[in-house]
Amino acid sequence: MKTTITALLAGLIFGLGLLLSGMANPQKVLGFLDLAGNWDPSLGLVMFGAIAVGLPIFQLIKSRGKSLLGKPLQLPTTSKVDRRLVIGSLLFGIGWGLAGFCPGPAIVATGTGQQKALLFTLAMLAGMGLFHLSNPKRIQAAG
Amino acid sequence: MTIDWIAFTPTTALAGGALIGLASALLLAFNGRIAGISGVIGGLIERRPDSSWRLAFIAGLLIGPLVWQIFATLPATKIEANYFTLITAGLLVGFGTRLASGCTSGHGVCGLSRLSVRSLGATTIFMAAGFATVFVMRHLLMG
Repeated sequence: MKTTITALLAGLIFGLGLLLSGMANPQKVLGFLDLAGNWDPSLGLVMFGAIAVGLPIFQLIKSRGKSLLGKPLQLPTTSKVDRRLVIGSLLFGIGWGLAGFCPGPAIVATGTGQQKALLFTLAMLAGMGLFHLSNPKRIQAAG
Repeated sequence: MTIDWIAFTPTTALAGGALIGLASALLLAFNGRIAGISGVIGGLIERRPDSSWRLAFIAGLLIGPLVWQIFATLPATKIEANYFTLITAGLLVGFGTRLASGCTSGHGVCGLSRLSVRSLGATTIFMAAGFATVFVMRHLLMG
């Protein structure tokens, strides 16, 4: 129960941060990605602000070894830059550049009631579903 | 490259970024989980048994705009892409982020905060692909 409430709070703060930062506005995202045009550097500062706060707390929690509610830390164990990572990131980056949406902002923009954001989110869920169906390792991965 | 000083919003970008970093740190501190949006949703699609914190986190993102509206009017969300582009981009983002095991939040914010080389690789690739895509769309095809 407690972990459900903390997750809800974290999601809410995350969403408010996306709205405040401008990340939930595709026009602003594309303005950042348009290096050759009239470049809006704002979103570089979003990343900087997030890591400036995240990095010290992440290191602190990692050295503690457990969450404050006594849960184990479930951190990724793979460290290899493999083919899946490269191709997946390429496909993601192309989609991001086409519409100006990545997953979090798409959900938040859907919450503002924008039909186009909902359409993107549904297509994104379909893409994730396709991956799940095509992934031969899905049985182990789900374990 | 020319910098669009009128569109540049350093204060809200930094403050919003700090909130995103704080939310990611809270989810790790209390739940021991990585706030990667594509991973959180992916776990639901794979029907992992730990769905309650995942649903709560996504619910938090979705109600962000509602909570925001209690205090202020929502910032502009301008989606210029047409329906076809939105669907194509959504599919690419959904499939790509699952193949790469992460997106802007999981690799970009949390991964870099964990000082993960793999996430640095992913972030470099999807940023480069995003820059390249906007260049092709805005300056080669429509220029």
